[in-house]
Amino acid sequence: MQQTRSVEVGTGLFVLLGMGALFFLTTQTTGGNDFTAEEVYEVEARFENVGSLRTRAPVAMSGVTIGRVTNVAFDPVSLEAVVTLVIDGQYDQIPDDTDASILTSGILGSQYIGLQAGGSDIYLEDGSEILFTQSAIVLENLIGKFLVNAGSGKDD
Amino acid sequence: MTALFREIYNAVTEFLRTFGAFQLFFLRLLRHSPGMLVSRFDLVVMQVFNSGALSLVIIMVSGLFVGGVLGLQGYSNLSRFNAEDWTGVAAAFGLVKELGPVITALLFAGRAGTALTSEIGLMKATDQLSAMEMMAVNPVRRVLVPRFLGGVIAMPLLAAIFSAVGMFGAHLVGVEMFGVDVGSFWQQIQLTVELDDVKEGIFKSIVFGVAASLIAVWEGYNAIPTAEGVGRATTRTVVITAIAVLVFDFMITAAMI
Amino acid sequence: MLCYAGPASLARAQTSAEEQTRNTVNEISDNLIEIHDLKFSRGHRAIFDGLNLVIKRGQVTALMGPSGTGKTTLLRLITRQLIPEHGTIHVDGVDISTLNMSELYRLRQRFGMLFQNGALLTDLNVFENVAFPLREHTKLTNRLIRHVVLTKLHAVGLRGAADMMPAELSGGMARRVALARAMVMDPDILIYDEPFVGLDPISMGVIVRLVRRMNDALGITSVIVSHDVAEVSTVADCSFLISHGKVAASGSPDELRLAKSDLVRQFMHGMADGPVAFHFDAPGYEEQLLGRDAE
Repeated sequence: MQQTRSVEVGTGLFVLLGMGALFFLTTQTTGGNDFTAEEVYEVEARFENVGSLRTRAPVAMSGVTIGRVTNVAFDPVSLEAVVTLVIDGQYDQIPDDTDASILTSGILGSQYIGLQAGGSDIYLEDGSEILFTQSAIVLENLIGKFLVNAGSGKDD
Repeated sequence: MTALFREIYNAVTEFLRTFGAFQLFFLRLLRHSPGMLVSRFDLVVMQVFNSGALSLVIIMVSGLFVGGVLGLQGYSNLSRFNAEDWTGVAAAFGLVKELGPVITALLFAGRAGTALTSEIGLMKATDQLSAMEMMAVNPVRRVLVPRFLGGVIAMPLLAAIFSAVGMFGAHLVGVEMFGVDVGSFWQQIQLTVELDDVKEGIFKSIVFGVAASLIAVWEGYNAIPTAEGVGRATTRTVVITAIAVLVFDFMITAAMI
Repeated sequence: MLCYAGPASLARAQTSAEEQTRNTVNEISDNLIEIHDLKFSRGHRAIFDGLNLVIKRGQVTALMGPSGTGKTTLLRLITRQLIPEHGTIHVDGVDISTLNMSELYRLRQRFGMLFQNGALLTDLNVFENVAFPLREHTKLTNRLIRHVVLTKLHAVGLRGAADMMPAELSGGMARRVALARAMVMDPDILIYDEPFVGLDPISMGVIVRLVRRMNDALGITSVIVSHDVAEVSTVADCSFLISHGKVAASGSPDELRLAKSDLVRQFMHGMADGPVAFHFDAPGYEEQLLGRDAE
């Protein structure tokens, strides 16, 4: 009887540890991009080039995450990328001339949308569009430009 | 020339026969599994203890050191690019997606798998399985199925513990030893690792758990019932499990990318 | 079929003529196990080649033979752990090759088997080993199981060892526990596989007495596979000597002892050379010593 008891206690302990580890992995190592808010509003922004921006990428203002990207699509008419983002409902006083740019976190990091506040008195609301956007910096383009410049410089 | 051809032919048919028998054996175990889980859960618990709880120490110690090594390597390479903050990310990806499931499966084969094989092999060698059959007890159901299920349940938990402890090891090296900022260490991890990565790791560990337990039980059940035969079966368990785990790992990773 | 029917004590005094008539009268009900023209081989080696034998209800029957004659294989065939290539085995009038899995398990419940080294389950203690068939096949309460198990353990004199693990038991004790386990489901047939091997004289005496007592007191049929001539002679009502895949001789131990066949005499009296040659097949001794075969 004593033996079965220690087996049961050991198994229970082991399973609890395992569950704890699973919980730790699913909650503590992930979900940095997660953003939960009870009320959100949706805005759109059009970019010439979104680079490697993905859905679930954070939307940050002054470095604070206030929302996330919910959809990245291509508009075949205007030939632009249309990015849909949701913003936490408590930040409802963001000027509508705010500028959205696609930035990279760290040197190799994933891309996110950074908002730079404008000065308008009219605020963004559900369904509005951010008009001022700045596309992602694509490394290849930069290098290409640099090479062209360097090449043409030599020719002179 | 014909002799060589015949030998190859024999080897191929023998391989196919073994492989087929192995599949049928797997189906037999699966067929008895639900009943065993319901009616004799006590036996399954006993085997979760044997395969899981008794492997805890080796898993935790190995996890700590593997995590620590990832921390060391990650830091020394990334600091060249001034990207020390990414030390944790390197360790987390390595552990959660690859090393956690794979190394746990290999250690599992060495610790629990060999124990299963030799236990079952010795039960066979000492007529315990025949004795059960004579007592009208199906040894596949009574002996093999609980051991198989115990391994299948224990493996994902062990892999999760390995990864979690490994993260702690990486934290010790990265943050405590090299002074990476705690906040950026963990924040980078959370920003980069996604739930799908963790799910991939869990999926792998389940597949490896089934493979490792199945191979261990199969080898024990089919061991030549002598001391030497059981010894060889035990060795085969480790070798075959290692190969199977690495092949499966490649296939799953390729499918997930 | 030269063996005796009826109670063992009576049978010993009867002549073989009387026994023949008894046999024909009681044949249907007396023959518990009938083996007819059994053939079985391992690889290319024929183990049984046309074996016929009959085991009578209520007797202690011994199957004897030189090592490697496949006595253990025969037991496995009788309980259908192995399937014969040819021939039939009837248990209680039923051809066991026709049984499906559940009928087979029901049949096996009628058998109790004592393995060579006991085959106790190493991860269970003595009590749980004896209780094992009850726990697997019945829904008896713990109280009742305890009662039955202690009774059986008492019968083999090991009630005091109930809490010990199999590893702590001596060879003789392990075999007695296995006997208690074999008895726990009250089988009709008890099979002993080499029950006397590797025991000290005292344990041997205990086992011999237990075999006889279980058989007579409980009215079961016992089958002993052994090559210990002396011990078998003291318990068996009827012996079969198996050699080269056939029954070479049968009869009571006394009859076998007096038999004229060279093989039977060699076996019963333990002579080193005879039909079973002392020398394994080899090239000529002188030739090999002189090194001619090396060329």
